[in-house]
Amino acid sequence: MSYTIQGRTGDWELVVGLEVHAQVISKAKLFSGAATAFGADPNSQVSYVDAAFPGMLPVVNRFCVEQAVRTGLGLAAHINPVSRFDRKNYFYADLPQGYQISQFDHPIVGTGTIEIELADGSTRQIGVTRLHLEQDAGKSIHDQHPTKSLIDLNRAGVALMEIVSEPDIRSPEEAGAYLRKLRSILRYLGTCDGNMEEGSMRADVNVSVRKHGEPYRTRCEVKNVNSVRFVMQAIEAEAMRQVEIWESGGTVEQETRLFDPGRGETRSMRSKEDAHDYRYFPDPDLPPLVLDEAWIETLRANLPELPDAKKARFMREYGLSPYDAGVLVAEQATAQFYETVARGRDAKIAANWVTGDFFAALNRTGRSIEDPPVTATALGQLLDLMADGTINGRIAKDVFEAMVDTGKAPAAIVEEKGLRQVTDTGAIEAAVDAILAANAGKVAEYRGGKDKLFGFFVGQTMKAMAGKGNPALINETLKRKLAG
Amino acid sequence: MLTDLTIEQARAGLRAGEFTAVDLTMAHLHAIEVLNPRLNAFIDVRHDRALDQARAADAALAAGEARALTGIPLAIKDLFCTAGVRTTAGSRILEPFVPPYESTVTANLLRDGAVFLGKTNMDEFAMGSSNMTSAYGPVENPWKRRQDAAAVLVPGGSSGGSAAAVAARLALGATGTDTGGSIRQPASFCGLVGVKPTYGRCSRWGVVAFASSLDHPGPFSRTVRDGAILLGSMAGFDPKDSTSAEMPVPDWEAACARSVKGLRIGVPREYRMDGMPAEIEALWRQGLDWLRDAGAEIVDVSLPHTKYGLAAYYVVAPAEASSNLARYDGVRFGARTDGSDLRDLYERTRASGFGDEVRRRIMIGTYVLSAGYYDAYYLRAQKVRALILKDFTDAFGQVDALLTPTAPSAAFGQGEKMDDPITMYLNDVFTVPANLAGVPGISVPAGLDPNGLPLGLQVLAKPFDEATMFTVAAALERAAGFEALPTLRAGGEG
Repeated sequence: MSYTIQGRTGDWELVVGLEVHAQVISKAKLFSGAATAFGADPNSQVSYVDAAFPGMLPVVNRFCVEQAVRTGLGLAAHINPVSRFDRKNYFYADLPQGYQISQFDHPIVGTGTIEIELADGSTRQIGVTRLHLEQDAGKSIHDQHPTKSLIDLNRAGVALMEIVSEPDIRSPEEAGAYLRKLRSILRYLGTCDGNMEEGSMRADVNVSVRKHGEPYRTRCEVKNVNSVRFVMQAIEAEAMRQVEIWESGGTVEQETRLFDPGRGETRSMRSKEDAHDYRYFPDPDLPPLVLDEAWIETLRANLPELPDAKKARFMREYGLSPYDAGVLVAEQATAQFYETVARGRDAKIAANWVTGDFFAALNRTGRSIEDPPVTATALGQLLDLMADGTINGRIAKDVFEAMVDTGKAPAAIVEEKGLRQVTDTGAIEAAVDAILAANAGKVAEYRGGKDKLFGFFVGQTMKAMAGKGNPALINETLKRKLAG
Repeated sequence: MLTDLTIEQARAGLRAGEFTAVDLTMAHLHAIEVLNPRLNAFIDVRHDRALDQARAADAALAAGEARALTGIPLAIKDLFCTAGVRTTAGSRILEPFVPPYESTVTANLLRDGAVFLGKTNMDEFAMGSSNMTSAYGPVENPWKRRQDAAAVLVPGGSSGGSAAAVAARLALGATGTDTGGSIRQPASFCGLVGVKPTYGRCSRWGVVAFASSLDHPGPFSRTVRDGAILLGSMAGFDPKDSTSAEMPVPDWEAACARSVKGLRIGVPREYRMDGMPAEIEALWRQGLDWLRDAGAEIVDVSLPHTKYGLAAYYVVAPAEASSNLARYDGVRFGARTDGSDLRDLYERTRASGFGDEVRRRIMIGTYVLSAGYYDAYYLRAQKVRALILKDFTDAFGQVDALLTPTAPSAAFGQGEKMDDPITMYLNDVFTVPANLAGVPGISVPAGLDPNGLPLGLQVLAKPFDEATMFTVAAALERAAGFEALPTLRAGGEG
């Protein structure tokens, strides 16, 4: 069922394209040797090149180029063997050169695709138009001084990848899925940390609406949205605004807008008339960027297994459902955690534990997959204790909680607390006999046909054995005795 | 007089202990003291610093550690950033600017032991052909018209201060930059050798940018061989400049001694312009005869797109300049004029910081890059540029070097050609194509006009074949035997 906006004049279709700015993971900036660490003291990571001192010249950072090419390869995109840097000219206090070095006509990466998955299990291919490299600007701080703006140039010159999608997105959900998938791919590749809170990934959202079968109508760009949730909200708010305008006989004007998450609405930033004329032209300080085909192939050969391929393999190798596989591959570290647990064990049980008790423990403790409350090795040991019959599944939950609380190994907890499963048939028979004797009335009911009481007898026996009885043996013994 | 020596002679004298580097530097500082108040060739003279460097040079000489330029006093165009020494680019907007870094070219000269006397005057941001656009006042050409010694002539531009300084014997050599002729034209006006090497030979790192794809650092000297010595120190691959060429620097001094016998010298017919003064045409013919006499073969060639060169240049250069000069905004360095808000600060700073010619070119450059005009101007100019490069490539398929006049006239008077910018721009008509194509060029003093003013001939060569360029230039120099001296010079009658 496709997403539509019901207006007074009928249904409207949503058309969305995203421009994502992803900060390249690199120790140095795109055209200078200055450092890029987040959170450094203001203006402590600024070279004379970044501050645009007279006579300073840019030299492209090869590693940033490599990161962009690897990202392109990860998006199954065409890598352009020759690309070019252009100057985008405009004046602003946090733009020291008076121009941003970007790629306009000849980006380093051409068309590619991202496959997104939706809640109903369906998938869609979203086209990637291009990926280009550009410099970030500095930061203007307007609230620290009554009359002055402060400028922090630490970010000035940091490498960004601008990843532009085709206008293929048709719902807020798809936009969210696209961003999450893109972020996942970038993280797998190690080319961007995808951290939207710190601003290392930001999205500009192009939104328009149309009646079914129409060509595109005028779009508006919502700038600099900094979370997946806000992107989805911004799209909805902006689409509603546009439908409202069209339906009341107005015309949507092409303009740049900002999303106000507090009010849940977009507002105008600048109209088309005020749009900058950026006077793009090729940067004469930088020769064309020429990539060696063999080098590109080496990068291709050394790409990590990416989320789509990993998901397919998890379904194939471990027999997981698409949903479980999707959840487990979203983050590379989670997938790796899962594989450590699953290797040589029952893969489905491993998946249930990782997505169930383990994820719950992660949430509860507020810890991350990189610093988990229970290691993959320890969780594997716990599964081994179940598999070899040392403990049963019910006790395993208690042992897991003790592992979270104490950090101790599961075997140690089992020994310490005496949780070893009782498989001694004599002890089980004795316990069963005692329960049946104490509940003669219920035994009679059961034998009279009230099958549901079987669970009651199992529960009572397990309780009498402090939960440690082997469930299979208890079942078998009960069945035999009740039948008798 | 020590100030009359060539670099080659001074180098030998220093090594032979005939005089010290301090003697040599003192002689030049004294000459500057006497003549600079009139010539205005230097914006800044660094007396103490120069003497410190001279003393260090004497110590190196004494220790037998002399390098190519140890103890040689030079003048540095104020477009080269010099660590700890104010660098103005001839502009108000950089009046307070003291760079914390040394340009690669000047660092190379210092590495080779040179002594820097000071920073020379220039057209603002290297935009001009007369040195009249400097915020630090015009420079007087040390040469005088025979019949009109009172007339103050321009030294040419934009490297006018460097040219005047070397001509008046205030320095043994100087650095310049050539974006459309800014070394070769003032060299021609001041009776000097001026070299614009191949694009990429000399690093642009630390040189205040005018038009990045056209800016070429290069030397001024009084002889071709001195030009070869200076360029040998200035040139070399620099990883900090992405347009720098990773090419070995050959022995250009040796090239000066080679014969032109068997070389093919092209005469581009399109350089024969209507209205060219007869003496320039005659000098050109004379130059060809000298080379023929020395054993070269003279060949007519065609550079059919020459006539579009100036127009293309005056689109590309302002376009790049409009962007390169955006950084002068009063925020981080240089002069600032405060305003009520950011935009006001920009407008006041740039209005008071930039002179008329710079503002004119920023406006032209902004216009030609604007949406709707880009294709008609900038893109078209780049296509012309490609055609001009192809003209040279084709010509150099037939010949080893080209010979042309350097400038369409001798030095003109201060205040002349000021009414119409186009008249001024025409000064660059013979020099601009080499900047557009990036091929090396040199101006050699070859004769005098009827007023007794020097005229230069230009030798152009294949990219990275400065060696042949020096060979041909040295042959012209030998044949011309140019020995005329400017009126205003150290120890002269001025």
